[in-house]
Amino acid sequence: MGQKDPLTPVSNVSTSDNEGGDTSIAATTSRLIGDPAFPAEALPELHAIIARYPHPRSALLPMLHLVQSVAGHVTPGGIETCARLLEITAAEVSAVATFYTMYKRRPVGDYHVGVCTNTLCAVMGGDAIFDRLKDHLDVGNDETTEDGAITLEHVECNAACDYAPVVMVNWEFFDNQTPESAVQLVDDLRDGGEVHPTRGARVVTWRNAERVLAGFPDGRADEGPAAGPATLAGLRLARQHGWTAPSPDGNGSHRTHSDPRQVSDQSAYPGGDDVEVAKSGADTRTGEGSDAR
Amino acid sequence: MTHDVTLTPVMSDNWDADRSWTLRTYESRGGYSALRKALTMAPDDVITVVKDSGLRGRGGAGFPTGMKWGFIPQGDDKPHYLVVNADEAEPGTCKDIPLMLASPHTLIEGVIISSYAIRASVAFIYIRGEVLHVVRRLQQAVSEAYRAGHLGADIGGSGYALDLVVHAGAGAYICGEETALLDSLEGRRGQPRLRPPFPAVAGLYACPTVINNVESIASVPSIVANGSDWFGSMGTEKSKGMTLYSLSGHVEGPGQYEAPLGITLRQLLDLAGGVRAGHELKFWTPGGSSTPLLTAEHLDVPLDYEAVAGAGSMLGTKALQIFDETTCVVRAVLRWTEFYKHESCGKCTPCREGTWWLVQTLQRLEDGSGTETDLDVLVDLCDNILGRSFCALGDGATSPITSSIEYFRDEYLTHINERGCPFDPQAATLFAASQHAGARA
Repeated sequence: MGQKDPLTPVSNVSTSDNEGGDTSIAATTSRLIGDPAFPAEALPELHAIIARYPHPRSALLPMLHLVQSVAGHVTPGGIETCARLLEITAAEVSAVATFYTMYKRRPVGDYHVGVCTNTLCAVMGGDAIFDRLKDHLDVGNDETTEDGAITLEHVECNAACDYAPVVMVNWEFFDNQTPESAVQLVDDLRDGGEVHPTRGARVVTWRNAERVLAGFPDGRADEGPAAGPATLAGLRLARQHGWTAPSPDGNGSHRTHSDPRQVSDQSAYPGGDDVEVAKSGADTRTGEGSDAR
Repeated sequence: MTHDVTLTPVMSDNWDADRSWTLRTYESRGGYSALRKALTMAPDDVITVVKDSGLRGRGGAGFPTGMKWGFIPQGDDKPHYLVVNADEAEPGTCKDIPLMLASPHTLIEGVIISSYAIRASVAFIYIRGEVLHVVRRLQQAVSEAYRAGHLGADIGGSGYALDLVVHAGAGAYICGEETALLDSLEGRRGQPRLRPPFPAVAGLYACPTVINNVESIASVPSIVANGSDWFGSMGTEKSKGMTLYSLSGHVEGPGQYEAPLGITLRQLLDLAGGVRAGHELKFWTPGGSSTPLLTAEHLDVPLDYEAVAGAGSMLGTKALQIFDETTCVVRAVLRWTEFYKHESCGKCTPCREGTWWLVQTLQRLEDGSGTETDLDVLVDLCDNILGRSFCALGDGATSPITSSIEYFRDEYLTHINERGCPFDPQAATLFAASQHAGARA
């Protein structure tokens, strides 16, 4: 296992799949020497992460998310700080930081744009979208635009296949994309206006997203819909036809509600969609789900 | 449309409710009443109900959930842990993420009941990091549950105490493998562990641990509320209950369809408006890319654990990826193989080296520079990976290759004979036929 890797963090951190002068061992070493200590203001939050777990080392993944939020990527100073707080070696922290694709060893732009090019999204148009964005942004995979706004990367299956092809911006869902819509999306991001995903909250910066992943909520959980149209496809059909699970009393009726928790709602469904719309206050036919409020 | 086909929304039943992700909405529809009921029962009786229901793991393997819980030693001095595997990343699988986005409390109620049953006082939801808003919804729901007294000390006055931690991963498909997930949760590289010892004996921090998929745990509240007979009244003899089927790809109505186990793809496609208009089914996966491909000849196979296995594949995660005749199977398989190569954790040689060679060989074939010998090489490589890898990732990597060669050998030969790929990738895209794209947007 890699945790006991005798390599120094310096050489581990400098290891990169991508060509680039700034990631050479020499360059990283010089950065490390010149690197100011990891910001002390972040220490209480790192301690707070550790306190969540029965065993301190379990905190390492969220701590590295916080390091990225503070420093813009996993820095040597961040690695040393995590190692010191967890009383493990910097090599052990580096072994972890270099294993997971979300941890970046070079600065990431304000917006990480991930195009799913796993098979289903690729076939449905993800390859065409990724090619168009590389052209439009004049960057390759895992590279950042010169203005530091956008880092483009092709990503693996992001569990939104029923909305293929999918683009993620700072890990928010942009469903059913086309090359044109994706170009518009990155242009909007560079223009600095508000950008809203299909299912999620207004896009925040990559660093702020990393902070949420470290376990520090940003108060935006109530933004966005409950579900998109594909999520509700089966449920809508069931509502239209009055289909439900069997009733728990065993009479097998498909007209009564399955779940005793909803017995009081039994009469709400015979009319299908329209009654449901009135009940929930949301137009279930528009795909906005419960977003209407 | 066949008249005896009905969908059975249980877990998805509240997804269209106003602000369905909030505690207020969840409780207004009877949420957390199953927890109150469970807390009046002995923990062993909760395990019995789940055992009797026949619930099998919804993460792919189909192992009986109640039996897994029963393996946890009782009366030992060690802490017990429940870990929810929310690292949904198997290509094609897209059920747990929408469930947690729309109704995180269904999962959390299931976590509390399940933890009570196995006598755990700390539980974790290990969720992949690449789904920011789902993480937000879970964080908020956990916080709401604490404030309502569903989590923390003395839950509902029962004396039972539970803490629940939402833990975001950092991008590694292998962490969906349960022992790799445990290493990752312990702050290490996510690499699988040798078994035995099994997690039920020595799991997280070497303590007895249950690891269950999101959908498995989200099924628990309805089972406790309605009883094991109710659950068993849906599904087939050995594959009981309702489950989430996820349709994606070249289908008119992609999305989530909650139905009894044993529904067929033909029935599901009927419900979903069929394959993309003007096209026909070419191949599909029953449960993600790690399950061998099936074709139109398998449309009437009941989608339960036994029947899909009988057809030479696996039910897996019920991720039905539909590909029509515009799709090049060699391109599809090459891309999946590149994925397995990228996600191989590097711990064992057959997988680490084997997936690398598989990509080289498939790339040649797709480029048109391959030979018929390459097909033998692929089959031979797969023979040396399947069953010889440390975990199921290596096995899964061989599934699309061997099954595609079985069903589509001629298409591989066409690539060889025509010295290239005969397909136009544009024809397979969502935006190839804009009228359909418009209908779906």
